[in-house]
Amino acid sequence: MVENRPALTVLTHLTLVLGVVIVGFPLYVVVIASTQTAQDIVQNAPMSLWPGDSMAENYRVALWGGVLNNGGRVAPAWPMMAVSLASALIIAFGKIAISLLSAFAIVFFRFRFRTACFWLIFVTLMLPIEVRIGPTYSVVASLGLLNTMTGLTVPLMASATATFLFRQFFLTVPDELVEAARIDGASPMQFFRDHLVPLSTTTIAALFVIQFIYGWNQYLWPLLMTTNETMLPIVLGIKRLLTGGDAGTDWNIVMATAILAMVPPAVVVLLMQKWLVRGLVDSEK
Amino acid sequence: MAPQLAIVLIFFFWPAGQALYQSLLSQDAFGTSVQFVGGENFERLWHDATYLASFKITAIFSILVAVLGLSSSLLLAVLANRVVAGAWVYRSLLIWPYAVAPAIAGVVWLFLFAPSVGVVTYVLREWGLAWNPLLDGDHAMALIVMAAVWKQISYNVLFFLAGLQSIPKSLIEAAAIDGAGPWRRFWTIVFPLLSPTAFFLLVINIIYAFFDTFAVVDAATHGGPGRDTAILVYKVYYDGFKALDLGGSAAQSVILMAIVISLTIVQFRFIERRVHY
Repeated sequence: MVENRPALTVLTHLTLVLGVVIVGFPLYVVVIASTQTAQDIVQNAPMSLWPGDSMAENYRVALWGGVLNNGGRVAPAWPMMAVSLASALIIAFGKIAISLLSAFAIVFFRFRFRTACFWLIFVTLMLPIEVRIGPTYSVVASLGLLNTMTGLTVPLMASATATFLFRQFFLTVPDELVEAARIDGASPMQFFRDHLVPLSTTTIAALFVIQFIYGWNQYLWPLLMTTNETMLPIVLGIKRLLTGGDAGTDWNIVMATAILAMVPPAVVVLLMQKWLVRGLVDSEK
Repeated sequence: MAPQLAIVLIFFFWPAGQALYQSLLSQDAFGTSVQFVGGENFERLWHDATYLASFKITAIFSILVAVLGLSSSLLLAVLANRVVAGAWVYRSLLIWPYAVAPAIAGVVWLFLFAPSVGVVTYVLREWGLAWNPLLDGDHAMALIVMAAVWKQISYNVLFFLAGLQSIPKSLIEAAAIDGAGPWRRFWTIVFPLLSPTAFFLLVINIIYAFFDTFAVVDAATHGGPGRDTAILVYKVYYDGFKALDLGGSAAQSVILMAIVISLTIVQFRFIERRVHY
């Protein structure tokens, strides 16, 4: 603190609290809505902002599916959560693995077309999957990968952010370390396994958070890819619940599912906050 | 090396090439005949009023998202940076929307602003504003802007905080000794030194508004009412997968790619320049 200005400090905290409240208000409403009955929400508009008493019931229906009072059926959310979790983990680990290897190759080996390979990967940095959905879809379809875990995850690994992050990091590894390893008789792969991977654990952790969130939150790609209910990730499942229009939707179930879909990535972010910040900031330098 | 190259080639260059190639073709509705039409798809887009309208919508949308998102998160970050004790509490409380999927952000805000059951809708109606994003295009636009900004705030705050922390304390102390107040210090020292971060975030936010908000739009408004919130990516999806105009959709993809590439080049140019000062 440069100087002491009590008035300004009070104002700072007031504004920050206001900001936090505004950012948090939607979440609060969602949590409250997930504890009430559908009738509570629709009939006493606006719904009360105090918790209702049907929380257990709502989450039970959202998780394991069930039949509602109005006769509507709710598909169970837990298989969708399993799909989301599996695809998020596959994307995160797959991307980290292939990026580690290719960054290793780019930085430590001299081979023909090295720069060409580097640029091939580099341009992918620019194009998010949303831009090339149509053609990517037909490629995946022609490979027969629709409705499979492979089709859901592998195309999303085709991006260069992680490779770049590792490349930046590997460039900082001193030559002495490489030479020392060679004098001790380590093969390239041994050097990779015993030195590079342990050295890059923080980078790996950071990337894991980023990629996990990225994988969990995918929407457009699964929307096209999955026609089969068993392969539906939870983010898409929520939209399936929005059937009845404005007042006909069972908002309590929708909101309970929304919470279920938010909790895993939020836990990952909050627990691994330190690495996330580092990873985000490093990756964009 | 090989695995990534394979994935990149199959799922990236092949599709990109296909997009380029398809954008030059015209298919009939059943896919039975394919014709090479050269630049006709692009020409048709140029004369297509809905496509130009979609361009305008996307421009308005991304400017709103970028300006509102950046200014509010800059304010929060500067304030959070002032706090000495308990700064991490604020950071944790501001960071969690990063984990929220865009689609869920769309659903949540849709619920808050739903015409008959929404909590905020009720308050607005009390104030005499008949809110209905299902009928009024401007309301729908406001809705998706808010949802998109809300989702992006934590990302921006993180970067601004990192940028603020890299500003040398000695500069600020020197200015304070010279008698510059907090307001003056912010505009003459902090803001100029933060401008690289701000510029970077501007590009990222525009890219975000262009592409990542597809889910927000699809979940909250379906591009409606009418075509009032159909941003470019939504139109690529709609034309390609719902209206089955493959050539037109591919041409739109190509235009989008060109936009992203130019944005990225602008960004890299700028970063290169930044190194020298």
